[in-house]
Amino acid sequence: MVYLDHAATTPLLPEAIEAMTAELTRVGNPSSLHASGRRARRVVEESREVIAEAMGARPSEVVFTSGGTEADNLALKGIYWSRRSADPARTRVLVSTIEHHAVLDSAAWLAEREGATVEPLAVDEYGRVLPSTLRAAIERDPDSVALVSVMWVNNEVGTVQPIDQLSAIAREYGIPFHTDAVQATAQLPVRFTTDAMTITGHKLGGPVGVGALLLAKGLDPVPVQHGGGQERDVRSGTLDAPAVAGFAAAVGTAVSRRTAEATRLAGLRDSLIERIHKEVPGAVLNGDPVDRLPGNAHFSFPGCEGDALLMLLDARGIECSTGSACSAGVAEPSHVLLAMGADLARARGSLRFSLGYTSTEADIEATAEAIGPVVERARRAGAV
Amino acid sequence: MTLRVLAAMSGGVDSAVAAARAAEAGHEVTGVHLALSANPKSYRTGARGCCTLEDARDARRAADVIGIPFYVWDMAERFDRDVVQDFVSEYAAGRTPNPCLRCNEKIKFQALLDRAIALGFDAVCTGHHAQLADGELRRSVDLGKDQSYVLAVCTKEQLAHAMFPLGDTTKADVRREADRRGLAVADKPDSHDICFIADGDTKGFLAGRLGAEKGPIVDTSGEVLGEHEGAYAYTIGQRHGLRLGRPAPDGRPRYVLDISPVTNTVTVGPREALDVHEIVGERPVWLARPAEEPFDCQVQLRAHGEVHDCTAELGGDRLRLRLDRPARGVAKGQAAVLYAGDQVLGSATIAVAVPSMV
Repeated sequence: MVYLDHAATTPLLPEAIEAMTAELTRVGNPSSLHASGRRARRVVEESREVIAEAMGARPSEVVFTSGGTEADNLALKGIYWSRRSADPARTRVLVSTIEHHAVLDSAAWLAEREGATVEPLAVDEYGRVLPSTLRAAIERDPDSVALVSVMWVNNEVGTVQPIDQLSAIAREYGIPFHTDAVQATAQLPVRFTTDAMTITGHKLGGPVGVGALLLAKGLDPVPVQHGGGQERDVRSGTLDAPAVAGFAAAVGTAVSRRTAEATRLAGLRDSLIERIHKEVPGAVLNGDPVDRLPGNAHFSFPGCEGDALLMLLDARGIECSTGSACSAGVAEPSHVLLAMGADLARARGSLRFSLGYTSTEADIEATAEAIGPVVERARRAGAV
Repeated sequence: MTLRVLAAMSGGVDSAVAAARAAEAGHEVTGVHLALSANPKSYRTGARGCCTLEDARDARRAADVIGIPFYVWDMAERFDRDVVQDFVSEYAAGRTPNPCLRCNEKIKFQALLDRAIALGFDAVCTGHHAQLADGELRRSVDLGKDQSYVLAVCTKEQLAHAMFPLGDTTKADVRREADRRGLAVADKPDSHDICFIADGDTKGFLAGRLGAEKGPIVDTSGEVLGEHEGAYAYTIGQRHGLRLGRPAPDGRPRYVLDISPVTNTVTVGPREALDVHEIVGERPVWLARPAEEPFDCQVQLRAHGEVHDCTAELGGDRLRLRLDRPARGVAKGQAAVLYAGDQVLGSATIAVAVPSMV
């Protein structure tokens, strides 16, 4: 099996399995006052410290959630509500057109139900938000902006956003800046330099079902989820100590290895890109050719349907993704590619290969060998 | 021989068991659910419709239990063009189409089959209740569930790549087998009616697409008896819902005899006037064409309709059928399917139904 879908989810790191396994057999609610509770709380708080240290944040800035989607929802809705209640004029939400649906749909919901005006930040042909685009959007009326959200790296095409520049612009105007960094943390030098940042376990070798919103001190979003007042009163709910422990072990491990891993993955990816160009002369690499996630290779294959390519590769034991799917499993043309100015055919005929810590030379070799005949067959099917 | 088989899986019990049988027979099976609606509803309402998200999930769940790969293919555009719009325009032309038949002809055994072949599959497998062996299409052993009628529009070439594993089994046994195989769809209700008209209101659906223009209801002499609200809302042989002010002179009920969209006129008359002795079919398709003509055979004139003995003869591209005994309420646009016993010989689309009493 060739697994090239690390952007969807990653295999668990042995370090994460070990940390979780140790915790799974123990009882204790981290909020309980007795010995078992104290023991569980210690695990959670030490995990928080590991993550904070790895991300360059304070432990108190780590708010555990059930994953990336919840963290994005909390950032968008919670910060919008608190900013608007401090000043009712703040109703503009600036988000890039290539965000994950967890951000896009949260913003759309705020527009539909909470009086927000969502202003999409356009991207260039590589899927990048230019600093001038953000500045122009803010300057139309700086006082009415509730928050800005731009992802660190795009989950489909792998383009890295100029987050330092973008967040600096927002800071000039005192506007909170959120970034979804779930795809970036394991492979790029991500530090918590923005006001809010989403990270998640299962994109970097940790378990599914746990993530965090890093929240700068002083930024107090209105809670989305109410209850026992855990996590700074921002996110209620009993913490899952085994998952949190596994998450922290994965973050610690991934971050400590990421410089070397980035070099290794970029090498594998570049050889995959080169081989695909050789096997399929018409293939188009999407996303920024230089500023891209080390593990991401995203192509359009003219004349093919992405789901046909996916099926044919799957049948040969090569697992990748078309990048987006809706609930019925029907492949929709990628909103990311469309936002980058691709036509429908290019948006439909695309595949994402995402590499991670288990990827090897042999995976690249197998994919390169399969891609030619697969594209040829998919072209025949695309023509009927 | 191991074939690469694409199993069309609707989310119902029949297609699930058909896929399971194909896999058990040693074929390399891949399940595909066709998304046919651009805006699928979340849940089925009763026995009507299909292609909801719930159906897609049911199909996926069945594929997982069988242990085969599963994908959803979006054929909503093709379905809308070749089946839904065809359905509407056939009604607009005064004919009564059968959309299931059109779906088999244009979607399952054309769009889907062509794509499957191009992708390297050898055959498309469905849960239709019909028997197919050595190129011969026969009725299912379960006559109540037999679907050979809606498959009879397919050509030999299309059926050469088709696989119907359920033809030798009754529906009740299919359900038992699904249960035995651990397929959760075992007791899912059968689908009825037209899948893209989920509420079953064909009249309302057509009114929405074609508008509802009032016009006269006349008798065979041309005398106006009443007013209708859109000629397409009526079907040949319909008795109820005519809302005629005056009873017939003989006091007997009247039936819809003819629908003319050009003049927007619905013609009614006595029951005997529905009797048809002769039918002309167009666009004949042959699966087993008898060597000599004319030939005696049986003909079925609508889905689950009765079977009539007849004599068939081909003149040019038109098939002429003389019925031994009259058929009642023959609708243009339906298929006339010819059988020799349980074997399908061929089919044609009913273009003219000549009344017995002129």
